[in-house]
Amino acid sequence: MEKPSARSHRIACLKLTLTLLGVWAFVSFGCSILLRSWMDANMPMIGNAKFGFWMAQQGSIICFVALLVIYAVRMQRLDKKHGYGEE
Amino acid sequence: MDQDNLNYIFIGLSFVLYIGIALKSRASSTKEYYTAGGGVSPLANGMATAADSMSAATFISMAGALALGGYAGSRFLMGWTGGFVLLTILMVPYLRKFGKATVPDFIGDRYYSKLARFVAVLCAVFICMTYIMGQMRGVGVVFSQLFGIQIWQGVIIGALIVFVYAGMGGMKGITYTQVAQYCVMAFAYTIPAFYIAITLTGNFVPQLGFVGEYIADGDPLPFLEKLNNINQELGFSKYTDGSMTMVDMFCITAALMCGTAGLPHVIVRVFTVKNVKAVRKSACWTLAFIAVIYLTAPTIGAFSRVNLISQLNGIEYTETPDWFARFEDSGQMEFADKNSDGIIQYTGPLAYRTSAGELRIAPSEDAKLAALKEDKDAIADPNELSFGADIMVMANPYMSDVPPWAIALLMAGCIAAALSTAAGLLLVLSTSISHDLLKKILKPELTDKEEVAWARVASFVSLVVAAYFGIYPPSAFIAKTVAFAFGLAASSFFPTLLIGIFSKSMSREGAIAGMVSGIGFTLSYIIYFQFLGGDPADHLLGISPEGIGTIGMLINFAVSFTVNAFSPAPPPEVQQMVEEIHIPSGSGQAIDH
Repeated sequence: MEKPSARSHRIACLKLTLTLLGVWAFVSFGCSILLRSWMDANMPMIGNAKFGFWMAQQGSIICFVALLVIYAVRMQRLDKKHGYGEE
Repeated sequence: MDQDNLNYIFIGLSFVLYIGIALKSRASSTKEYYTAGGGVSPLANGMATAADSMSAATFISMAGALALGGYAGSRFLMGWTGGFVLLTILMVPYLRKFGKATVPDFIGDRYYSKLARFVAVLCAVFICMTYIMGQMRGVGVVFSQLFGIQIWQGVIIGALIVFVYAGMGGMKGITYTQVAQYCVMAFAYTIPAFYIAITLTGNFVPQLGFVGEYIADGDPLPFLEKLNNINQELGFSKYTDGSMTMVDMFCITAALMCGTAGLPHVIVRVFTVKNVKAVRKSACWTLAFIAVIYLTAPTIGAFSRVNLISQLNGIEYTETPDWFARFEDSGQMEFADKNSDGIIQYTGPLAYRTSAGELRIAPSEDAKLAALKEDKDAIADPNELSFGADIMVMANPYMSDVPPWAIALLMAGCIAAALSTAAGLLLVLSTSISHDLLKKILKPELTDKEEVAWARVASFVSLVVAAYFGIYPPSAFIAKTVAFAFGLAASSFFPTLLIGIFSKSMSREGAIAGMVSGIGFTLSYIIYFQFLGGDPADHLLGISPEGIGTIGMLINFAVSFTVNAFSPAPPPEVQQMVEEIHIPSGSGQAIDH
């Protein structure tokens, strides 16, 4: 049934999930909506676009793709570490 | 060659391609793809899923929504891509492990209740129905443009084609046909953007041109500044500011994200790959392929806005470019000469015309109201050009030097986007009514033949309803109508699935009460403000019906946990089941879809 490492796997997985969701919320709701004016004023321009606007229209999407790549890679490592690597 | 003929040839060729691939993969038997738990490769599956989730709302309507809304249009960009992150990280691996292909199946088993399954099926029907309404509008817009007819005629012709197409199985589920569809759509969408980017910004990468310089006339200046200037000169708010409150923007984005994670028809796709590991890889590819379209959409929106205004505003009606007549004929662009001077004047909400006939731009909404009070005969809305957001993607290439073959390819892409999603949803809707609702719950004695007959009836009835709402749409543009479907999904499935996966103590009573109250609240709010003439000034906390799904979701969570506190805990075997879905091995074979 449950391997002894199941619990530690689940905790590690939960940690990763929460971290990624933190970044997810920060780039979308944070940079692009709630903190947009601050980002526009204080962050470097991307080309001729203000940072907050650029994040809302382009940057957040790029970050989302990166998040999923990180998720896939890290989860695979986690699975291997806890003995779920091979099926 | 004439543009219309070229369009027909490209659309014909694309269908020969889809059908050819479908026949070929059928002949070599589906087993080849699914044997030995092999499943489809994550790359191909990712591409097919991307084609699945790109509907008329994304492909046809979104760039137009961006052109009209500027920054405010970002809600669609972030909502529909960000939702994929939620879906992949929180839902998909666990649902894949659980091994149930549909959301009502999962909810029925996890919440050990027929009633829970029944409520879930009803929610799915409402969600799909709302979604199809948007798709039928898209089908109508495309066919009206293709044949040069009115939208209502386009909707009716489109509905007939969708009915036949769905009868053929909609070519859904044949992974390699969808791969071909994705390729057609991706090229169709991006190629015009390349051409226009060169003309307007001198940079062939549209995303770089977007943040680069505008060089088409006069001294080069930043492209976004050019856009802001145009908007302000005509009495619109700045392109980079939009005109939406932060609360509303936040809620709509959240509703779209959570709705994406609860949408029934994308979740099905995760069962065609080998195991949880492959599901995660496939999700990366899906989002990457979707991102190609979503990163191009804002550039198409911005380019088309500049082009449309520079080619139509202030131009004598008799001197308008040829393409204008094309869109006028199908009733999708309209010129009403309010001051009878024969010149097209396109203006925004801050513009007004004094009684002396002079066009003025007020610095603010209040200043305009004050000016109107003083000058009783002033015209409050001097705008003479009206067009829908849904037409921008199709009109866009005509406004620039895009070669005719690229326009024809775009039409083929539009047809693929509109037909495949509409047909796919119709299939999901009719089977959930005939199979999940009738056969499994209401009338278990139904024979297979009767079930098929019921599915036909269901798909016919839903098509008629959807066509009605395609002709008289519930909102200004497709993406907005579809946003309602996401709001409904966010307020019903998202919380219930999430709690079902991560908490083993949630009881059926809590889940059912949560779903009913969440979707009930959201649906009533949408109906009250969109159909019963509710005054927008009465919006709860200033949240429009598009974003109310977020509040519905919070209600769902709150009600679920409150009711759960007063109801018996779920049986031990259900708790055991929830434990097991968090162990990533042994997810079973890939299944044929």
